[in-house]
Amino acid sequence: MGAHPLPARTIRLAPGADLDGFRGAIRQLVPAGIPPETVTWVEGEAPSLFPDEVPSDATGPALALPRAVAGLVASVVMHRDPERYGLLHRLIRRVADGERHLAEVASDPLVHRLHLMRKAVGRDLHKMHAFLRFRRAGVGQEGRERFMAWFEPDHHILAEAAPFFSARFPSFDWSILTPDGSAHWDGRALRFGPAGRREDVPEQDAFEAGWTDYYSSTFNPARTNLAAMRAEMPKKYWHNMPETAAIPGLVREAGRRVGEMIARAPEAPVKRVPARALAAMAAQEPDSLAALNAVIRASEPLVPGATQAVLGEGPIGAGIAFVGEQPGDQEDLQGRPFVGPAGQLLSGALREAGIDRDRAYLTNAVKHFKFEARGKRRIHQKPTAGEVAHYRWWLERELAFVGPRLVVALGATAVLALTGRQVPITRARGPATFEGKPYGGLVTVHPSYLLRLPDAARPEAYADFVADLRQAAALVAEPALGAAG
Amino acid sequence: MDDALKKKLTILADAAKYDASCASSGAPKRKAEAGGLGSTTGAGICHAYTPDGRCVSLLKILLTNYCLFDCAYCVNRRSSNVRRAKFSVDEVVTLTVEFYKRNYIEGLFLSSGIIRSPDHTMEQLIRVAKTLRQRHGFRGYIHLKTIPEASPWLIEQAGLYADRLSINLELPTEASLERLAPEKDGAAIQTAMGQMGERILQAKEEKRRFAPAGQSTQVIVGADASTDESLIRTSARLYDHYGLKRIYYSAFSPIPDAASILPSKSPPLQREHRLYQADWLMRYYEFSPDDVAGATESGMLALDVDPKLAWALRNRDRFPVDVNKADREMLLRVPGLGVRAVDKIVAARRHASLRLDDVARLTSGLKRARPFLVAADYAPTRLTDRLDLRARLAEPPRQLSLF
Repeated sequence: MGAHPLPARTIRLAPGADLDGFRGAIRQLVPAGIPPETVTWVEGEAPSLFPDEVPSDATGPALALPRAVAGLVASVVMHRDPERYGLLHRLIRRVADGERHLAEVASDPLVHRLHLMRKAVGRDLHKMHAFLRFRRAGVGQEGRERFMAWFEPDHHILAEAAPFFSARFPSFDWSILTPDGSAHWDGRALRFGPAGRREDVPEQDAFEAGWTDYYSSTFNPARTNLAAMRAEMPKKYWHNMPETAAIPGLVREAGRRVGEMIARAPEAPVKRVPARALAAMAAQEPDSLAALNAVIRASEPLVPGATQAVLGEGPIGAGIAFVGEQPGDQEDLQGRPFVGPAGQLLSGALREAGIDRDRAYLTNAVKHFKFEARGKRRIHQKPTAGEVAHYRWWLERELAFVGPRLVVALGATAVLALTGRQVPITRARGPATFEGKPYGGLVTVHPSYLLRLPDAARPEAYADFVADLRQAAALVAEPALGAAG
Repeated sequence: MDDALKKKLTILADAAKYDASCASSGAPKRKAEAGGLGSTTGAGICHAYTPDGRCVSLLKILLTNYCLFDCAYCVNRRSSNVRRAKFSVDEVVTLTVEFYKRNYIEGLFLSSGIIRSPDHTMEQLIRVAKTLRQRHGFRGYIHLKTIPEASPWLIEQAGLYADRLSINLELPTEASLERLAPEKDGAAIQTAMGQMGERILQAKEEKRRFAPAGQSTQVIVGADASTDESLIRTSARLYDHYGLKRIYYSAFSPIPDAASILPSKSPPLQREHRLYQADWLMRYYEFSPDDVAGATESGMLALDVDPKLAWALRNRDRFPVDVNKADREMLLRVPGLGVRAVDKIVAARRHASLRLDDVARLTSGLKRARPFLVAADYAPTRLTDRLDLRARLAEPPRQLSLF
C-alpha cells in the first residue's frame, strides 16, 4: 500500500444493497478520475476505523450512463459479494472512459463476472418468490388474517422481493422475516424493519400436512430424477419448505412401487360396465327449445352488465323466423325480444306486410344486451364478430327446434350469425340462401337502422323495408318452400 | 384440514399427475384488487420440485376420478380398480385459496373424469373457476381441462374464467385413439381445438379477456407405435392450425392397475426428452419439420445425441460457422449454442472480435460447439470430416429412469 503512488481511500456504505450510497460515491470518484484499484469499499454501520474515509452522502452531479449499465448496477449491488462495489466501479470507470457499449459485451471477463452476479441475484429473487412459505399467525389488524414467513435469501434482495407479495396478497396482513431484515404489510403499505428470528414465526400451519400429502401424491415414482430436482430446488432451501420432509420416504419407496406396478398382472375390472349411465351420457344435448332456453337463461353474458338473457319468442313450427342483432335497453329490462322502439317499428311493418307477429318467431343473434353506461343512459354497443360467434351455437340450435321455412336476417349482425361472413347489407339485401341450412333466407335491414335515418329519408326506406317483408311473406307461401304456416 | 378432505386430495392428486402440463406462464401480468387475492407474473413460478424433477406450480387435481370413459392408457378409466373420490366445488375452491395464501402454488389446474355427461362435467369445472374469480377475486392462474365432447357453448364459456385451456390429443393417430380410447373421437378433438383457437384469436383482436394464455395439449409417447417423425409433424400441424401455445409429450408411464393391452415397462424418458428438444428446435430455433425429420433415423430421433447435433452431423457441409460473421439463423444451428448464447454473441461481436475464450464465456456448450465454429483465433482442423465425431460428442449412456 505504502508504495502506491496514489492515496488509498475507504468508502463506507450502509449494510446490504446501498444503491444510493454507491451512486453518491461514484458521482465523486469517477469525475475525479480516482482509479478503482485505490478504493476500498466497506459496508456496515460500525464506527469508522479508517481515518481517510470519504463520506458517501455527499453527492455530485449525475453521471450519464447507458441504461444497460444502470440496470446491471441496480442488480449487482444486491449481491452479497464484498467485491461488488469495486467491480461496479471498474465497470463504470471503463464506460466513462469511452467503452459506452461495454455492458453489451458479455464476453468481456469483467462484464461476464457481473452478468453472473446479476443472474445469481435474479435467481435468488425468483427462488424467494417461489419457495417462501407463509404460516397463519392468527388475526391481524381490523380482523384481517395474519400470516408470517421466515426466509434466508443468499443476497440482499428483501426490498426488491417484497412488492411481489403485496401485489399478490393485499387482503391479509403478513410479515416476512429474514436474518438481515424484515418486511411487513398491513393492508395499505409495505414497511421494512430489523432482522427477525425463525422462532418468531409459528411452528406449524393447519394446511401443511395436506400440502405435503399433495406434494407426495403428485410425484410419479416411475420418473424419479433426483438430479433434476436438486438442480432446481437445492437442498439449502429445504429446511424452510414443509413438503420436503416427505422426500426421503418418497425416494426410498419409489423403486419398490414401480417394480410392483410393472410386475403386477392386469386385474379384471371389479365393476360392471355402467350401460345405463353410458346411454344417458349420450343424451346430454338439450332435447327441446325449453331445455335449450334453460341453458341460455342460466349462462352468464359474454360481456358483463346485462340484466337477463332475452330468449326467442314465437310458436314452434312458425313459418318465418326473424333474427335481429341483440336485445336493447327495453328488451333487457323486460326480457322479451323486439319490445323497444325498433321492435314497435317492426310490429307496424309486419302488419302492413300482412304478417301476423304472433305466428312468427322472433329472436336475436346475441342473447344479452351490451351497452356503455353514459350517466343514467345505457347506450347500445354493437356486438363484435367474436361475440356473435360465441352466441351462434344457440341460434343454430334454436332455429333447428323451431324449424321455420324462411329465416329473415335483420341487419348485418344477423347475416354474420347465420353465415359466418361479414357482408354489407346493401349487397346482400333480398332473397338469400344460407349455405347448409334447411331453411330459405331473406336479408333486409334492421328496424333500428330506419330509426337512425333523417326524417326526410325515412318514409322511402320504410316502404322498402315493408316491401322486403312482403317478399318474405310471398316466399314462405311459395310451394317450393312448403305450404304457408 | 380434515382427514376426509386430505384423503380425497391424495386420491385426486394421484389421479391427475399423469398430465405433464404444469406451466403457469403466458397470462398477462395482473395484480390482486383491493380485498382480492392473487397475481400473475407472465413467466410463471415453480413453487416446488418433486423427486421426479418436475415442477409443482399449480394445484393439479381432478374434480373427480369417477369416469364413464374407458381409455386404456388412463389410470382413471371406468374399468380400472383404483380408489375413487369426488370433490365438491367448494372443496376445490377452499384448497386453492388456502394453498395459494401460503404461497404453495400459482393457481389451479383442474381436470375431471367424465361423470353423468361431458356437459355436466364441463359445467362443474366452469363453476369452480367462476367461483374463484367472482367470489374470491382470485387473480391467480387457472388452467382448465376442456372436455371436447361437451357442447360448444360450454367449451367457450370456460375461456371467460381460465387463463389456459387444454384439450389432450393423447394419441397422435385416429387408429390409436379408436383402439385405446373408444369413447374419444379424434375429429371432435380437433374440431374443439380449432373452435378454441379461433375464439382465442378473435378475443385477442377484440381485446377481450378469453383464455389469454392460449391452449395446449398433451400427447402420450410410447403407448402406440407412432414414430418421432409423425409426432413432430403432428405437432407442427397443431401449432400451425390451432395456434397452440405448448404441446406436452408424456412418456407412457406404468400406472397402478394397468390395462392388459398396453406395455408395462419403464417410461421412455430419454425419448420424451429428445421430442421436447425437437419441439424447441421448431419453436425457437427456426427448424422446419423437414429439418427435424432429416435428423431422424427411420423416423426416430437418436437417443445418444440431441436432435440439433444429429442434424449438424448430417449436414456437415454447412459448417464450420464463423461466430464473428454468420447470421443469427445459422448460429442457432450450431450444436451447443442456445438462443441466449446466440443473442449474446450477436450483441458482443458488434463491439469486439470474438476469440474462442470469449465464446467460452457466452455458452456452457462449447465442447459440443467447438468442431462446428470458427472464432478470431480458432478454426477446427477438419473436425467436421472426422468419422468418429459423433462418438466423441455423444452423451455417455445415462440412466434417466431410476435413481
